[in-house]
Amino acid sequence: MAGTTQKRGRASETKSRRGTEDPWYVRGLLIALAMGFSGIFLVLPLVNVFGQALAKGFKEAFGSLADPDTLSALKLTALVAVICVPLNTAFGVAAAWLIAKFEFPGKALLTTLIDLPFSVSPVVSGLLYVILFGLRGYFGPWLDSHDIQIIFAVPGIVLATLFVTFPFVARELIPLMQAQGSDQEQAALTLGASGLQTFWHVTLPSIKWGLLYGVILCNARAVGEFGAVSVVSGHITGVTDTLPLRIEKLDKEYNAVAAFTIAALLALLALLTLGIKTWLEHRQLRELELAQTSSDQPDEH
Amino acid sequence: MASKRFHLLPGFGLTLGYTLTYLSLIVLIPIGALFLRVTDLSWAEFWKIAVSDRAMASYRVTFGSALIAAIINAVMGTLLAWVIVRYRFPGRRILDALIDFPFALPTAVAGLTLANLFAEKGWLGSGLALVNIKVAYAPAGIVVALIFIGIPFVVRSLQPVLEDFEIEVEEAAATLGANRFTTVTRVILPTLMPAILTGFSLAFARAIGEYGSVIFIAPKEFEITPLLIWYRLEEYDFHGAMAIAVVMLVISFFLLITVNLLERWASRFQR
Repeated sequence: MAGTTQKRGRASETKSRRGTEDPWYVRGLLIALAMGFSGIFLVLPLVNVFGQALAKGFKEAFGSLADPDTLSALKLTALVAVICVPLNTAFGVAAAWLIAKFEFPGKALLTTLIDLPFSVSPVVSGLLYVILFGLRGYFGPWLDSHDIQIIFAVPGIVLATLFVTFPFVARELIPLMQAQGSDQEQAALTLGASGLQTFWHVTLPSIKWGLLYGVILCNARAVGEFGAVSVVSGHITGVTDTLPLRIEKLDKEYNAVAAFTIAALLALLALLTLGIKTWLEHRQLRELELAQTSSDQPDEH
Repeated sequence: MASKRFHLLPGFGLTLGYTLTYLSLIVLIPIGALFLRVTDLSWAEFWKIAVSDRAMASYRVTFGSALIAAIINAVMGTLLAWVIVRYRFPGRRILDALIDFPFALPTAVAGLTLANLFAEKGWLGSGLALVNIKVAYAPAGIVVALIFIGIPFVVRSLQPVLEDFEIEVEEAAATLGANRFTTVTRVILPTLMPAILTGFSLAFARAIGEYGSVIFIAPKEFEITPLLIWYRLEEYDFHGAMAIAVVMLVISFFLLITVNLLERWASRFQR
């Protein structure tokens, strides 16, 4: 990322850019193609969400949010995110510390295993927990005899969401902490700081933007997960429907305004996520530039 | 080389124990349980389910549409990355930020809005209906949904490579008499190829497993494999669901390994 600004400076220094610049008509055509493609596939779908939600006016849209079943879906979705995001954040920090700061056999394998949930289809992810905790699963009969319900209940939704959002924070932090090395931590420890103090005052401040980035991505996925949750939820209206599942149900009932109003709510959250992400990247870039001008230490990335 | 210096840092035992325990509980044990449970079936029974007509038809739909979408994403993603990194024009930053929109948007919302947009009465569908093209509730709809969810992968794999690309190399090619077309096809594209392939595989892998966005827009007769698993579960055909899930998991693992190898190969091209 830091390379961009350097390059831009260098490119403008170059007097002649003949042979490295595309002719104006190529530029114009490519920009038009890029704009056309992203207009159809990115902008229109987004605008359409709000257009359909407000098709019958604000009153109708906001009124549909007051539906008790929709409100209960909203609460469930918030609950799931509130449980899953901190758990996977704690894991992500621990895993990144382990992988970035230590050398041990099997490290590459461990890194790959952490990414594993990304490559599992959401429906299969849900199925995994049905096999463990469903009525015909490994622990099903025992759970049933003790009156504990996991599948078709809230715990199953939490577990499936934990699985699909598992790698997000770790994925952001591992390369970041690897690039930063551990010289600063070594210095703090040599000066007598405890391990926890070192982490809190040295490591955390230097990874905070990357950490925040991982957290908001993890949150976006936790709120929006559909396939995995769909398998374990049981679709009990007002009880185990999350917001995305509620959208599906309302769509099937041909209640377009209500479905699109929830969709608009989730789209706003997505836009907020993108906004925070863009802001974080700017911050990171600025801090990197500051670090580069204050010391000549080259950064790797 | 630095192993000696690492001895000072605390927390190895703690983070190792925590990471392995949590990883096992959430990921490894559930996946292990699937592979263990599927052995209820004999090899012949497993194979019969895995290659049944309905399963084969679903593989064709899933892999066919994922392949088409990933190819379109590779081409358009390369174009988008090039335009964003190389050109300056109004709206460039917004375009750059919007590329990640499919990552942030819940798949159900994507499916809902795309189905509506491309439906016969939708903003785009009504225009396409004039020329007799049906997208929503037709096979093309599946591809449209998979294009949407795959957009970020190629662009984001390519961007850092393009940003690091030495403009001097292009200058050298131009100085040596290559015209712009030759420079692009012989110098620039080969350098970008590993990153394009990485992005392509990531988009393909993601598209194969995709469920949420597709089921909103797909026609009834064209069943993707995740939907077939879902139907099997609904029919209480536990073993049928597991057998097909195992097929999907094995394919995903191979793709994951491919992506890892590609990424390692690609990183050799980036300093």
